[in-house]
Amino acid sequence: MLGRTAASLFWMSRYMERAENVARLTEVGYRSALTPDSGGGHRGDWQSVLQAAGCLKGFEARGFPLTADAARNYLLFDRENSSSVMSCIEIARNNARSVRTAVTREMWEALNSTWNEFAALAPGAVGPARLPEILDWIRQRTALFRGATIGTLLRDEGYHFSQIGAYLERADNTARILKMRYSVLLPNSSGEINDRSAYQWETILRSVSAHRSYRHFYQESYRPHHIAEFLVLRQEMPRSLRHCCDLICESLRHLVALTEGGESCVTFADQRFGGLCNMKVEHIMTSGLGAFLDGFINDTGELATAIGAEFHFL
Amino acid sequence: MLRKEAYAVGASANAFDEMLDADGKPRAPYRALAAWLAAQNGSDIRQKQQEADTMFRRLGITFAVYGDAAASERLIPFDMIPRVLAAAEWRFLERGIQQRVRALNAFLYDIYHQQEIIRAGVVPAEMIAGNAAFLPEMMGFDPPRNIYAHIIGTDIVRTGDGGFFVLEDNLRTPSGVSYMLENRGAMMRLFPELFAGHLVAPIEQYPDMLRQTLESVAPADCDGAPTLAVLTPGTFNSAYFEHAFLADQMGVELVTGSDLMIEDGALYMRTIRGRERVHVLYRRIDDAFIDPLNFNPDSMLGVPGLFDLYRAGKVTLVNAPGTGIADDKAIYAYVPEIIQFYTGEKPILNNVPTMRCAVPEECAQVLANLQDLVVKEVHGSGGYGMLIGPHASKMELRRFAARIAANPGNYIAQPTLALSTCPAFVASGTGLGIGPRHVDLRPFVLVGDRIRVTPGGLTRVALKKGSLVVNSSQGGGTKDTWVLED
Repeated sequence: MLGRTAASLFWMSRYMERAENVARLTEVGYRSALTPDSGGGHRGDWQSVLQAAGCLKGFEARGFPLTADAARNYLLFDRENSSSVMSCIEIARNNARSVRTAVTREMWEALNSTWNEFAALAPGAVGPARLPEILDWIRQRTALFRGATIGTLLRDEGYHFSQIGAYLERADNTARILKMRYSVLLPNSSGEINDRSAYQWETILRSVSAHRSYRHFYQESYRPHHIAEFLVLRQEMPRSLRHCCDLICESLRHLVALTEGGESCVTFADQRFGGLCNMKVEHIMTSGLGAFLDGFINDTGELATAIGAEFHFL
Repeated sequence: MLRKEAYAVGASANAFDEMLDADGKPRAPYRALAAWLAAQNGSDIRQKQQEADTMFRRLGITFAVYGDAAASERLIPFDMIPRVLAAAEWRFLERGIQQRVRALNAFLYDIYHQQEIIRAGVVPAEMIAGNAAFLPEMMGFDPPRNIYAHIIGTDIVRTGDGGFFVLEDNLRTPSGVSYMLENRGAMMRLFPELFAGHLVAPIEQYPDMLRQTLESVAPADCDGAPTLAVLTPGTFNSAYFEHAFLADQMGVELVTGSDLMIEDGALYMRTIRGRERVHVLYRRIDDAFIDPLNFNPDSMLGVPGLFDLYRAGKVTLVNAPGTGIADDKAIYAYVPEIIQFYTGEKPILNNVPTMRCAVPEECAQVLANLQDLVVKEVHGSGGYGMLIGPHASKMELRRFAARIAANPGNYIAQPTLALSTCPAFVASGTGLGIGPRHVDLRPFVLVGDRIRVTPGGLTRVALKKGSLVVNSSQGGGTKDTWVLED
């Protein structure tokens, strides 16, 4: 397999995963704008949504007002925003197009028809009324792509590069969402749980589609250190850091077996992420959730770079 | 019921219609199809057409139109009425094509070695030496199996019952084979009942045949199974879809110049395991761009030193560089003599009579009859830079005459052929009808350890009423082409 092909599969899946995450974050912003705030009026959470999507700086640099319309447009349709859903789908498709031989027809059709249909949407036509429908649609389409990948792609190197791209993006996304809101999970001085903190916890879980699975899993109301545990350490939770890292390491080991190269990446991943399986959430909370997340985000970045170098992405 | 746009009698002047005879009766190979057509209704067909469009768009079977930034990816219109050839018609075409490609490969070998055909006075020396498509760098080199043109798309037109003519030989990097395969796939999905009622020769084996052909011309220094790759200029090329499609169907890598490197006297591609040797490169890049050291120094598409490696027998380039000398439009006029010279046989398939403006008497004749002729640039392709006399305005004729007079060697002229017509779905008032549209045919030929011709080929159809230009860049469409088995 060409190094360029491996790189394109990695980025194709990474951007499709990002499209889904940005859509989910947009939904959080949309819901928040419909929720009454304790201080009167509605809660407006677009700033933190933009930040969680890694888009706040770009948004501010363009001088847009912090309104629902502007944020929605920037997150979904702005082609100059490389993390907008439009850009993500387009970048994913361009990567797939440049390696048509390495993706299956089902994957290509899922991607290409998503791109065709999304590009045909007029941003102006997607007002608040149609937004939930569009966001649902994006999640369905990304699920279709993922299903096509899992269901049809040969389990050779290409599959594992694609998996690694998707799970690195997902881990990074969960870590950034947590990092942006982790302060609400820290024990406060009064120890009281008020309406506002419960709402914020729900928002965190909702950002990773975990508000219902949390209840199934813990059989209890929201508790901050369980939320942190669920998102960081639980292998049962498909968007947790632990789950993503398990799959990244598994795919890396397959790559080593298939290519007889890349051992250094496995060593690196084991060193940095291996500890997640024995770690206790109390330990992370005491030693500092923020610092832990910073370290994690940094490590995933380094791993991505190492994989690119080891497998000749350039 | 579908409306018939005054089909047949007098509809297309003197053109031969492949479905209906002069009495308006279906010809034998079309009998079942004509009955099926008569039973169709417009709204069903429209729905099928939409299904087909959605299918092609979803698959990304698009092509780029140069100079049209707004629609950088377009669909080639697909007409759903298949074109049908009888088994006997096809056997005749197949024999003619085989003879022709054998002779043209012999011609290329001779031109790049002893040039006996020039010494024999059959082809004038200046036709070769002064020709931009002639590559002196190829002189004296023996390509594997002495084959230069491995992958060929012979353009054929029909003017009557037995009247088949070769219009162009396309020995460089002919495209269209992916449309042939996808059109068949679409038809089998849309109209399974039609295949149940006809014995249509299969074409799905083409990718296997291509692979066998490429493997059969591996360089001598390759022991074991050769590694093949398809070299593309990239996603912006108009035929990128086809490059990817063929690589995929053969199960080989699709590479760009930047994926390739030359080390230790061999060609390698950069893989996730490091470098991997490439033995046969099916390159879809023009000669001028394959190697910036030997040819166009500004090319970013090729690999520096690739040509030297080829000459050293370390890699096979398919097609060989320099094949353009045999499909040059000025050489085309000599192909009947070329066939006779190398095979000792009379040509089975005829050329379209061609006048060479390079010859003063013929040029005068061309200028005098411009309004009745089709004039082509010797090096042009894709329907660009050509004049169709009967459809040109007085102003266009005058302008073109001036261009010919200024540079006669650059033009050839042919009579306007009454291209045969086939039924196509057409707009008829507000509904849908069937009308005769002019077609040509590009069968695909592979030359390696043996000559393989895929039954049928790509039928291109001029969807505009009365138009004779079938090129997709000029609004032409395509059809599935059926060769019926006996």
